[in-house]
Amino acid sequence: MKIKTILAAGAMSVAAIAANNAQAGAVLDGIKAKGFVQCGVNTGLPGFSAANAEGKWEGIDVDVCRGIAAALLGDANKVQYTPLTAAQRFTALQSGEIDILSRNTTATLTRDVKLGLTFLGINYYDGQGFLIPKALGVSSATELDGATVCVEPGTTTELNLADYFRAKGMSFEPVVIENINEATAAFFSGRCDVYTTDASGLASIRTTMAPNPDDYMILPEIISKEPLGPAVAQGDEQWADIGRWALAAMLEAEEYGVTSANVDEMKSSTNPGIQRLLGVSPGMGEALGLDEEWAYRIIKQVGNYGESYEKNVTAKLGVERGLNALWTDGGLQYAWPVR
Amino acid sequence: MADNAKLPPLPTGTFSARAVTWSKKNLFDGWFNTLLTLGSIAFLVWLIPPLVNWGILNATLTPSIEGCAEVTGACWGFVNANLRLILFGTYPYDEQWRPLLAMIVLMGIICFSLGGVKYPSFRKAIIPMWVIGVPIIAILMWGGALGLTYVQNSYWGGLPLTLILSAIGIIFAFPLGLLLALGRQSTMPAIKTISVVYIEVIRGVPLITVLFMASVMFPLFLPDGVTIDKLLRAQIGIILFTAAYLAEVFRGGLQAVPRGQFEAGDSLGLSYWQSMRLIILPQALRLVIPPTVNSFISMLKDTTLVVIIGLFDFLGTVKLALRSDPAWTKYYVEGYAFASAIFFLICFSMAKYSAYLEKELRKGEQR
Repeated sequence: MKIKTILAAGAMSVAAIAANNAQAGAVLDGIKAKGFVQCGVNTGLPGFSAANAEGKWEGIDVDVCRGIAAALLGDANKVQYTPLTAAQRFTALQSGEIDILSRNTTATLTRDVKLGLTFLGINYYDGQGFLIPKALGVSSATELDGATVCVEPGTTTELNLADYFRAKGMSFEPVVIENINEATAAFFSGRCDVYTTDASGLASIRTTMAPNPDDYMILPEIISKEPLGPAVAQGDEQWADIGRWALAAMLEAEEYGVTSANVDEMKSSTNPGIQRLLGVSPGMGEALGLDEEWAYRIIKQVGNYGESYEKNVTAKLGVERGLNALWTDGGLQYAWPVR
Repeated sequence: MADNAKLPPLPTGTFSARAVTWSKKNLFDGWFNTLLTLGSIAFLVWLIPPLVNWGILNATLTPSIEGCAEVTGACWGFVNANLRLILFGTYPYDEQWRPLLAMIVLMGIICFSLGGVKYPSFRKAIIPMWVIGVPIIAILMWGGALGLTYVQNSYWGGLPLTLILSAIGIIFAFPLGLLLALGRQSTMPAIKTISVVYIEVIRGVPLITVLFMASVMFPLFLPDGVTIDKLLRAQIGIILFTAAYLAEVFRGGLQAVPRGQFEAGDSLGLSYWQSMRLIILPQALRLVIPPTVNSFISMLKDTTLVVIIGLFDFLGTVKLALRSDPAWTKYYVEGYAFASAIFFLICFSMAKYSAYLEKELRKGEQR
C-alpha cells in the first residue's frame, strides 16, 4: 500500500514526461523542444569522460555529444550529462532518460540487434592487452604460460583473458580484484606477473601508477576487439543520422586538415570536399534537416577528431594514435564521405 | 553518604609518586594487564611515528601534481586542488554557492530541531521550519525560479547530496517505520500481514539490490516515454529500506512497554491513537534511542552505495576527483582518508547527540 502511494505521489510530482521513443522523429523533436541533448557518459574514465577540477565533463566521448549539440542546436554547451554505470547504460537509453549514449561502449551484434541500439560509428578502437614488468623477461603474450594475472571481474576483460589462454593451450592463475586502485597496487607490488585491461587503460596505468614506468612494458599482442562508439535507441532515424554524420564530419575535417583554428580560412578553400563539408557548396545540411553551417560549428566549437584525441587521450593518458590514426596514416579511422 | 566509605583514600605525596601508584593500579595490575599494557605501547610506537611522518611531517598541501611528486608523505594537495569537486561534485562551478547555502540551511534546521530537547520553546517552530526550509533548499538546488538557472539533479553531488539523501531519508523513514511497527502489532489481520510481509521482504534483500531494482529494472516497467528521476528513485529506495529496519527497532520499544500502560490508556477511555501518542510511544521511543540512531548512522553510510547507480555522493565525488586526472589516481589513500574523516565527524556527532538525548530524557527517572 505504502509503496504504491509514495511511488504514485512521486511520479506525479517529479515525473518528467519524455518523448515517446517509438515514434519517428520523436527524440529529435524532444531535443529541439527542451533545447539540449541529454548525453549518457561514464562515471569517470580519464580521456573518455571524466569531470575536471571544476566539475565539467571532458573527454573524447564528451566531445561527440558536444559536436552533435553544436550541429543541431548551434551551441556545443547545450548538453546535459548523465553519468551512468555499465549496468545502467542501456536501460537509460531504452527508457528515454538519455538521448544518446556516449560511454566507451563496445559495439557488438547482440547490443545492436537485441538491445535495439543504433551505433553511430566508432570513435575509439580499443583492445585488450597485457602489461608486464620488464624483469619478467617476456617479449610476447605466447610466453605467458602459467602466469598469475591481475584482472578486474565482471567485464568482458575477464572472459577474453580466459578465452585467449584456452585458445593458446596455456594455463594461468587469475587474481581477481574488484577495485582498479587495489588491482594496480597488487600488480605493482608484485602479487601478479601480468596486469590485463584495455590497451588505453594499460598505457595510462603504466605512466601514472608505476613507481618507475621504464621498468614496465606493454606486450605487442592485442587479444580482443573493442570498437567503442556512441549509440542511440532505434526508432528515430533522423536523430541517428545527425549523430552519425556529426562524428563523420569530425573525422573528415581532420582528413582535410580543417581545424578549429583554421576553419574560417578553409571556408575559402577551393577543395570541393572542404566546400561541401563547410557548407560553402550547399546541400549536406539540407539533407540532414540542418542548416548548412552544421559541420562548420562542430569544427569551430569542438575541433576535428585529431584535436579532440590530442586534447583528451594523448594529453591525459599518454596514448598515441595507433589504431585510431586516420586510414591515410595507417590507422583504422576511415570516415564515410560527406557528399 | 554511605557510598563514600567505599572510596579509596585520596592519593598523597608528590605528583610522580601518585603517577606511579596510579599506573601500578591501572596499568600493571597483574601479569596479564602488564602484558596488555606493554603490547599496546609497542603497537602505538609501531603505528604512530610512521603515521605522523606520512600524514604531517612529510606531507604537502601544495595543490599540484608536481608538488606531490616531491614529497614522500601524504599528498593532501590532491584534496586541496580538488576540494570543490569533492564537496560539490559536478554542480556548475559558478553556481556552487547554492549547494553551499542549501547545506547551511539544512544544517541550521537540523540543529534547531535537535535543540528542541533543550529549549521547549523551539518545539512549536520545528514543523514550520521544515515546511519553509525544504522548499528553500529545493529552489537553491534545482533553481529555475527567482532568477536562478535550472540545474538538473544529475549534476548534484558531494556533501550536499549525502546530507540531503540522509536527512530526507530519516524524515520519511521514521514515520513510515513507526506505522509499520504499529501495523505489525495490529489485531487487524490485513494490516498485520501487509506490514509483516513488507518488513520481511525488504529486510531479506540488500540495499544494493533495492537500488539496482529502482535504477535498472523499474524504468523498464514504466510506460513508454515516462521516466522517474534517478535521484528520486534512489531516495525512495533508501526510505523504503530504512523504514523496514526502523520498524523492527520500534517494535522492540513497543514490546518493552508494560502491558499495564496499554490497559491504563484503555481504562482512561482514550482512543487507540490518543493512547499511542500520549502514553505508549513516548515511552517506547525513548527506550529505543540507541538502536534508532544506530539505524540512522548506518543509513547515512549506506547512502554511499548510490555510487553504483551513477550518483555521486560524498565518497563518489572523491572517486570522481581521483579520476579527474590520471596523475591524481595514485593518491587514493589521501582521498579516502579525507572522506573517512568527514564521515567520522558526522557519525560521531550523531552518536554524541544520541547519548545526550538519552541523558536528557532520563532526567525524569533520576529524580
